[in-house]
Amino acid sequence: MSGFLEAVKGVALRIADAIVRALGGTSMVKYIIRRVLAGIPVLLAITFAAFALIRAVPGGPFDFVGTKQRDERAVAALEQQFGLDKPLLIQFFNYVVNLLRGNFGPSLSRTNLGTPVSEIIAMKLPISMQVGIMAVMLGFGLGIPLGVLAAVYHNSLIDYTATFFAVLGRSIPSIVLGPVLILIFAVKLQWLPVAFWGSEPGVWIPPLNVLFSWRYISHAIMPVFTLGTGMSAGIARLTRASLLQVMRDDYIRTARAKGLPERTVIYLHALKNALIPVATIVGPLLAAVLTGTFVIELIFAIPGLGDTFVKSVSERDYNLLVGVTILYSAFLILGNILVDIMYTWLDPRIRYD
Amino acid sequence: MADGNGRPAMAGQDMGREVLLEVRGLKKYFPINAGILFQREVGAIKAVDGLDFFIYKGETLGLVGESGCGKSTTGRTILQLYRPTAGSVIFEGVELTTLKGSELRHMRRRMQMIFQDPYASLNPRMTVGRIIGEPLEVHKVARGKELIKRVQELLELVGLNSYFINRYPHEFSGGQRQRIGVARALALNPSFIVADEPISALDVSIQAQVVNLLQDLQKDLGLTYLFIAHDLSMVRHICDRVAVMYLGKIVELAESEELYTNPLQPYTQALLSAVPVPDPVVEKKRQRIILKGDVPSPANPPKGCNFCTRCPVAMDICFETEPPFVEVSPGHWAACHRLI
Repeated sequence: MSGFLEAVKGVALRIADAIVRALGGTSMVKYIIRRVLAGIPVLLAITFAAFALIRAVPGGPFDFVGTKQRDERAVAALEQQFGLDKPLLIQFFNYVVNLLRGNFGPSLSRTNLGTPVSEIIAMKLPISMQVGIMAVMLGFGLGIPLGVLAAVYHNSLIDYTATFFAVLGRSIPSIVLGPVLILIFAVKLQWLPVAFWGSEPGVWIPPLNVLFSWRYISHAIMPVFTLGTGMSAGIARLTRASLLQVMRDDYIRTARAKGLPERTVIYLHALKNALIPVATIVGPLLAAVLTGTFVIELIFAIPGLGDTFVKSVSERDYNLLVGVTILYSAFLILGNILVDIMYTWLDPRIRYD
Repeated sequence: MADGNGRPAMAGQDMGREVLLEVRGLKKYFPINAGILFQREVGAIKAVDGLDFFIYKGETLGLVGESGCGKSTTGRTILQLYRPTAGSVIFEGVELTTLKGSELRHMRRRMQMIFQDPYASLNPRMTVGRIIGEPLEVHKVARGKELIKRVQELLELVGLNSYFINRYPHEFSGGQRQRIGVARALALNPSFIVADEPISALDVSIQAQVVNLLQDLQKDLGLTYLFIAHDLSMVRHICDRVAVMYLGKIVELAESEELYTNPLQPYTQALLSAVPVPDPVVEKKRQRIILKGDVPSPANPPKGCNFCTRCPVAMDICFETEPPFVEVSPGHWAACHRLI
């Protein structure tokens, strides 16, 4: 029995060692741990700010029943039930204590009263994440090649065309592009469904046959395209500018003098160096789209987190709002740590220790 | 008067010596574009404007001149890193200016360049091993263990430790980086190297090391150098012959000792008068020729001699016609109306 445990321990140690090495050595792991720990006070400050601000807004979660004013005594009773009658700092203390236990508190909205916030997030986040991940993939998958094309064929028709689409994509807001797409592809051509992603069961971690079904994809196309093109435009412009800059560097001339084929010069020598500034925007971008984008979710009636977040403000659903804010901040902090880790991979000059 | 390929040799060539590189009428103009929507060419920067010279096998030809006179452009145009506007470059009997794509890449094995700035000319994302080994891989000279062995040999050849192979350029000092640049240039066993101010970015103590390294390598490997510099005393030390450039043209070319003791062209005289002499008695008597005014714009050079606007001894003819580049005494060329 003890021999078996030893073996398990050995395997576990070896896996841990491999992870440490993949991350770039013990100094890198220490750095990541430090960064995560440093994120905690930031998160706490954000939580407090959101917590205090939403309570400072006039009105409360229990003021109305439908459109009618709720009886004052009933409001007081509900507030007492959910602990909203206590002083702000006591409320905050209780909230943080619950948070440490993994409890985001109950929702205070009329429709979901008492449902744990964590349950609502667990239901909504996956939907937003699916749209977000696909949009980010589209954004980079389209933006980087477009930027490379524009830079390689600098000041040619290809460059102007790519730049034109980048400016177009950047300047058409999704609130315009979305409805136009719906009008063309859903209403006129009737190729794609108008909206209601997730109305089908099984969107959350769907079995493979559902994920790759036409029904799933058809729902995804328009929101992902609307969200992704806007992103790809910015990424294309950044890639183009960065690559043009790098192509003027001396070591590119060195690479040519070595007698390398032009393809190798561009893709091996220039592009890798040019992607460093592009990598910078990955973190914030991921955080922003993973937690849902209100406009897209509104236009395509996607029951995602962005939609929930905005509703939580108007409904004064204190707990839900603070919960989503914490989630977004955590994503942002982790996204930025991820970018810093990517830097060490992209640029050997950057070392953290 | 013909070389192996049946072309007439250039005037003044020593028939007993093999010519490695011949440059005839080389011009490189950079277009100046204007226009908002439709770009059109409104003029040209005449960076290199008609050069004729040759380099003997195994020698070091120095190319000196002030900043912006077209020295670096000359070096790059010879190696076809810039395509010339006109003229021909014949290297080892091959006309380079008409070569394209893979043919040209193939010729790059024989001619290499050492760049001026050792900080910028090495790809920061590649290890030293990759920087030096990549040409070997691309030209299918070596691979695998053999490649690593060759890179280690090259590192040792330039006086670096062979275990530096997995390090990145930023981990080295300027002098070490320039050695990496030299090792890189040597990787493919070239016969001709353009050294584009290889030492001007280094501090003086390191300059001597790199120059000595270049000289040792020349002796051991039989290399031919085009040594571009603006440090005149360094050029005198390292070069067999020296060409002086002014505003895109060579104004004087001679054996180094001849040029330094007997400069004929007024610009060369002014340039050399700026070199301090390490003898206090002579130094006291040294008369500096201070040139007035600025170098004219290479987009709009003077009508006659390029130097006429600043020449202390200019005559009427200098403003009218361009002086020919003639052999004044054996092996000593100069372009000046006063010498005709």
